[in-house]
Amino acid sequence: MGMTSGTHDTGAAGIPGAPNLVMGVIGVDVHAVGNKILEYALRQAGFRLTNLGIMVSQEEFVQAAIETGASAILVSSLYGHGEIDCRGLREKCIEAGLDRIRLYVGGNLVVGSRDWHEVEETFRKMGFDRVAPPGTRPGDVLALLQEDLGWPARPGAGTKEAQP
Amino acid sequence: MAGPTGRRHEGGPALSAQLALLYDLGSTFTKVAAVDLATGALVAWAKAPSSVATDVTEGLETALGEAEALGGFDRRQAVWRLASSSAAGGLRLVAVGLVPELTGEAARRAALGAGAKVVRTFSYELTSGEVRDLDEARPDIILLAGGTDGGNKSVILQNASSLASARTDAPIVVAGNKVVAEEVARVLQAAGKQTWVTENVLPSVGVLNVDPARQAIREVFIRRIVHAKGFDRALRYVEGVLMPTPTAVLTAAQLLAQAASPARPRDREAGVPAVTPAGWPGGVVVVDVGGATTDVHSIGKGEPTQPGLIPKGLPEPVAKRTVEGDLGVRWNATSILEAVGVEAIQALMEKVVPGAVAATPGADVARAVTSLREETWRVPAAAWEIALDYALAASAVDLAVSRHAGQIEEVYTPSGKVSVLYGKDLTEFGLLVGTGGPIVSNRLRTAIVRAALSSERQPLALKPRRPRTVIDKHYVLYAVGLLAERDRAAAWRLARASLIDLQGEPS
Repeated sequence: MGMTSGTHDTGAAGIPGAPNLVMGVIGVDVHAVGNKILEYALRQAGFRLTNLGIMVSQEEFVQAAIETGASAILVSSLYGHGEIDCRGLREKCIEAGLDRIRLYVGGNLVVGSRDWHEVEETFRKMGFDRVAPPGTRPGDVLALLQEDLGWPARPGAGTKEAQP
Repeated sequence: MAGPTGRRHEGGPALSAQLALLYDLGSTFTKVAAVDLATGALVAWAKAPSSVATDVTEGLETALGEAEALGGFDRRQAVWRLASSSAAGGLRLVAVGLVPELTGEAARRAALGAGAKVVRTFSYELTSGEVRDLDEARPDIILLAGGTDGGNKSVILQNASSLASARTDAPIVVAGNKVVAEEVARVLQAAGKQTWVTENVLPSVGVLNVDPARQAIREVFIRRIVHAKGFDRALRYVEGVLMPTPTAVLTAAQLLAQAASPARPRDREAGVPAVTPAGWPGGVVVVDVGGATTDVHSIGKGEPTQPGLIPKGLPEPVAKRTVEGDLGVRWNATSILEAVGVEAIQALMEKVVPGAVAATPGADVARAVTSLREETWRVPAAAWEIALDYALAASAVDLAVSRHAGQIEEVYTPSGKVSVLYGKDLTEFGLLVGTGGPIVSNRLRTAIVRAALSSERQPLALKPRRPRTVIDKHYVLYAVGLLAERDRAAAWRLARASLIDLQGEPS
């Protein structure tokens, strides 16, 4: 008999053998809609998923990744403070023994109209493996995961319903 | 310290009445309550110094004999003879998890809800030094968790190997990642450890699953610990030592909570009403103040009652127990004083007994508090002593319920102020029960218990706002919990007769 709290995942197991992912919106960011849409797409694709919801600290991402044996952490940031919020996450992962974990980040990562390549470079230097620009679709995320983690096994599986 | 001794119940039962004899094999006193199953009336209650060191049956026989004399019944009238145990330092448990805030905390919550005394909690891979610490903690039982289902496997496996080489022969309950649970059990069993495998306490990060682990701990308690603690001899008197006493109290609280919500078919058949006629909404909070610790139990989901609260942190168990090891009005009286300050204690004393501070020997309240440690047996008699005990117990209740209850944290974000909820929202919980010697034996007991209520001083602590407050005057909560295992309707009648009606409120 379990009990879930509002912002947490409902413990849907996903497909056995599928990679474990941890996702959430970092910092004091309360944008919940994109998080829910991406969660839906990832669950449809069969991933085993821990959605930490909104207002997630770096420590919570790291803790959840350790406990679930995650292959990747997917960080969202919509409110423009992504650069400050994300700095140091890679270092914390290394300290926690998650030396091989993949880090993804996406959303409106910075305020204003900075050149995207500059933004991407900034986050890559912070240790993120994939940096998704504004307007990235759930299907694009699945394609990146397919390329990096080899899941879903069939390219493009599960993306159909996820497209808005 | 230990509340009322046996007293005669008016009238006494008919000689044909069917009774339940409900024992608490306590560390200081062995208690017995004789209950008329038909009416729920408490026929007699008695206590006698425990004799765990020599023979548990001595205290038991003395208490029972006294109850028989006082209640005018014969022990052969007993249909049920059940016991809980808080003896020999409680059920000492060591919890092992992976991340402290996740499986470590989930294991701790499961253990507390099983009535255990959590003596140590370990996280990540156990070091050889920690294995020695674990052995030195002399656990009666070990709860081994780690990894969500399908999550981390390596740490719980390594910890199983470390435990396999530990000296302890305590039974081990495995409640971790299901994918490797059987393998973990094989490693432990190969080393001769008694091993129980149950469901994961944290199957995924957002899902707490403490009930199977609690059941397993209780099974181990009944099958192994009772024997290990030398309670076998008590089995001449009782059918079984069913559970640790804190679990009996938690079970009683659950019965009270269920009485307030739509009845399950089983309860309806048993005559437990859907809503109590007097009625209380929502959940139940029990505060139990002792000489060394203060326990708080809450039953209810505790979901946010204000709009816009964002819940964070590990999910909360519906039946939650917390133990404050630093809050007790005798052995830990000085730590209460340190926590709230001598001025606060003095102000509380003066509030209930004007002049109490001046009446304290040397007008030195701090010194009076320190001396309580040496005189733990002392029952307050003088007005200043009663005021001091009130001040200490009320402070313990205030602190313990504040720690147990959820907290709102206000966070300023670019999109405005956001309120984040950590823990259970108890504001609308409808029933507050006070138990424990320092509460029930103090004439200011209702005021002590009401220190659990929310106040303007702590606007962000989600403590109960307007509950009905009742006192467990005759220590029947443990008995209600025990009886609920055999006869829920009778347990309900006992609770109603002893807790509710006694307050002079309509039932």
